[in-house]
Amino acid sequence: MIDTLRLTAEGAKDLLERKEVSGDELFAAYLAAIGERDPELHCYLHVCEDPGGAGIPIALKDVIGTRGIPTTAGSKILEGYVPVYDATVATRCKEHGLRVLGKTNTDEFAMGSSTENSAYGPTHNPWDPTRVPGGSGGGSAAAVSAGLAPWALGSDTGGSIKQPSALCGNVGLRPTYGTVSRYGIVAFASSLDQVGPVAKTVRDCAFLYSVIAGRDPCDSTTVESPEVVLPAGDDLKGLRVGVPKELNEHEAIEPGVRKAVEHAIELCRQLGAEVGECSLPRSVDFGLPCYYLIAPAEASSNLARYDGVRYGYRSPNSADRLDMYTHTRDEGFGDEPKRRILVGTYALSAGYYDAYYGQAQKVRTVIAREHAQAFENFDVLVTPTSPTVAFELGGRTADPLAMYASDLLTIPSCMAGLPGLNVPCGLSEGLPVGLQLIGPQFAENALFRVGHALEQAIGFDFVPERLR
Amino acid sequence: MSAWESVIGLEVHAHLKTRTKMFCRCALEYGAHENSDTCPVCLAHPGALPVANRRAIEFTIKLGLALGCEIADRAIFARKNYFYPDLPKGYQISQYEAPLCGPGRLVVPVDGGEEVVRIARAHLEEDAAKTVHAGGATGRSVGATASLVDFNRGGTPLLEIVTEPDLRSADEALRFLRLLRQTIVELGISDAEMEKGTLRADVNVSVRERGEEGYRSRWEIKNMNSFTFIGRAIEAAVRQQVAAHESGEAVVQSTYDYEADTDVLTVHRSKEEADDYRYFPEPDLVPIEPPAELVERLRAELPEAPGTRIRRLEPLVGFALALELVSTGNERKAELLAAAGLDWREAANVAMNRGDFLPENARALAAILQANVTREALDGAFSASAQRPISPDDYLAQAAVGDESELAPVIDAVLAANPEQVETYRGGKEGVLGFFVGQVMKETQGKADPKVVNRLIRERLAP
Repeated sequence: MIDTLRLTAEGAKDLLERKEVSGDELFAAYLAAIGERDPELHCYLHVCEDPGGAGIPIALKDVIGTRGIPTTAGSKILEGYVPVYDATVATRCKEHGLRVLGKTNTDEFAMGSSTENSAYGPTHNPWDPTRVPGGSGGGSAAAVSAGLAPWALGSDTGGSIKQPSALCGNVGLRPTYGTVSRYGIVAFASSLDQVGPVAKTVRDCAFLYSVIAGRDPCDSTTVESPEVVLPAGDDLKGLRVGVPKELNEHEAIEPGVRKAVEHAIELCRQLGAEVGECSLPRSVDFGLPCYYLIAPAEASSNLARYDGVRYGYRSPNSADRLDMYTHTRDEGFGDEPKRRILVGTYALSAGYYDAYYGQAQKVRTVIAREHAQAFENFDVLVTPTSPTVAFELGGRTADPLAMYASDLLTIPSCMAGLPGLNVPCGLSEGLPVGLQLIGPQFAENALFRVGHALEQAIGFDFVPERLR
Repeated sequence: MSAWESVIGLEVHAHLKTRTKMFCRCALEYGAHENSDTCPVCLAHPGALPVANRRAIEFTIKLGLALGCEIADRAIFARKNYFYPDLPKGYQISQYEAPLCGPGRLVVPVDGGEEVVRIARAHLEEDAAKTVHAGGATGRSVGATASLVDFNRGGTPLLEIVTEPDLRSADEALRFLRLLRQTIVELGISDAEMEKGTLRADVNVSVRERGEEGYRSRWEIKNMNSFTFIGRAIEAAVRQQVAAHESGEAVVQSTYDYEADTDVLTVHRSKEEADDYRYFPEPDLVPIEPPAELVERLRAELPEAPGTRIRRLEPLVGFALALELVSTGNERKAELLAAAGLDWREAANVAMNRGDFLPENARALAAILQANVTREALDGAFSASAQRPISPDDYLAQAAVGDESELAPVIDAVLAANPEQVETYRGGKEGVLGFFVGQVMKETQGKADPKVVNRLIRERLAP
């Protein structure tokens, strides 16, 4: 009997290598778990037929294009769209023998922080199904948490891997911008989008990152990244940990979250790290507003291709070309993409460009510089990942700004192109709290080292209490 | 009318002759089956990303160097956003604030001077696909029952060269365009054929009173693909604008269509096309930073510019013939013949009128040309010289008949047989001379020396 709730990818690999289970049995075990729990949680938009093969199963966020497997990005406008090619990350997974279980739910075009913006209905948090799993990659995070996949890939623009990982009690990495190919990923905001792993342990997360990372000739913005070292140590001697006060003392941070994070910081000290305070004064004040100019601006252009001409949804109610565009996009897009297309179009318009998009890009440079200065004194920075634990379904849908604030703490480092790792650091009100570890560019190995040591010290049980 | 001056600027687009498209690896082939050269990138499938064509970048730098442009240390691609079915991404990848080639100039030689046309910039972009409107009477979208798109052309590398408004007449514009076209073709970066659509131009025209500073509202005539129509459209625009200014009507800055049938420009109406393209740097591509070694290597590969060659030939053959030689690509033949001892002017004339020959035959041909051989012999020598090495001795034996006593009876017979033509000639139409020469050549089976025949006929018909 395979316990998919407890089984890590590393554990699954051992079982396969020792031939205690076959690839088919493993895949079937996850399909069974999906059959049992997904009707309640709705992690998957599409579950695959067994593709065959001997490797470990994996779930892919539905923004990752998969040849022959429907890919909707959570949008009605891509209903029925079946890609003719694989995203580079999907190809790399297949080359490693990983078997695609299915495509996981996401906010439409990865725009959201709760997965409630999916055109196909929300995903529920396995720790408490009345609550959201976070977003946009709530499907991947909830699937890993509920044992519906040993690990998964997500995509992160302003926190879509880190924040749901925090809310579901997973380890999630947003890699350094440019280390993982975006080729074949349904684009949201090109200068921010990054694919990354979601897993139960830091070692699984590191391994999956090693599978997908590396330069891709099909993505000009990719670079070669340092070789991944699977973390094994349990001390942090010689490591300098910075605590940016603006990101740890923000008024939006719940007391329970702050307490769990402070405990993790104390553990860093006990493990031998040198802990000190630092400051990122502009990152918090300006990170969110600048993000909400740059991301929508790029999105307004990236989403222009959904015009009903070549693929996806086309409105039947159109008399002429202009009508076809208008109705297709009006009927195909949900409110959040429309909102961002409007904002982004405005921010790029003649006469407004300099004040909005141009200015936001300058501030982005300031934010990057501010982080670089902090890394002159520290190897990693720690903050809460989300200011709150998982919130009630529907709790923030009426107020877009409250929803946007969910990513207050994850956005600044995304804007700076830096890697960030979420590691569960305890519970508050019975719900997981996530610790965000931020490193300088290409410092994934340092994040894995710290994450792994803390994981051992904290001893967080990643199986949701109600499912144990 | 003479108080008015035209102000013309051009935006010239040339398809680059790369093997593959600008941002994907689809083949570029002329006449391939519709939509066969396509892929997720040029069809803008979700997630597809552009990768810039290195050769297209090199071609653009080459053109920039040939026009004396500053080559950017750091050029960036930008997105130009607008909706149209032939633009699958909803934006065109172009260059906006940081083009590959900055200011330069093209000097157009003219008889006794030169016209300097400043180049504002040259940049690289992708062409749109081709839309065909079916079912309507006009072939335009109005009244069409279906619009069909062929994406084969979509993503073709397109070089855009923008001039300053330095051109002052249709003729000047055409001289510039022809020289620019030749420069492009000789660089080997484009076929630049208007008939095939691999060379197109947008023409900006305004007028002002002579001596006036600044510019008045201009009309933009887009997508012109014929030298003749470009010239006519400019003249029509000038005519219409002058008329408007003189009658006090407003000249509104807009895009115009040239109707060849009526020789009139009309406003191009398109309600959904706003002019705000919301340009921003293309985040899917990294900046182009051409290494100095690459730029220097490309500079070393540049052929001698056509304008320079015209100036070099001018003292030898005169401006008109120099221009003709260079613009028809016949200068090499003239050079070979001149080097083989032929007088430069004669070498030029021969080069203009005779086909290509193997360079090694130049000396033999020069010898044959200098001797007085029959036309037949000359034709034979030239046609053989394109295929294999020839020996002058095979042709020099066939000397032309220049003996007056031998030719006189033939000429007299021809004149006597054609009294009407003789009258015509005497009436002032000297063109008939050619007819008589032809008749004499026919009677002598091409052996007569045309120069002597010419002189003898003239003498006989002199009043």
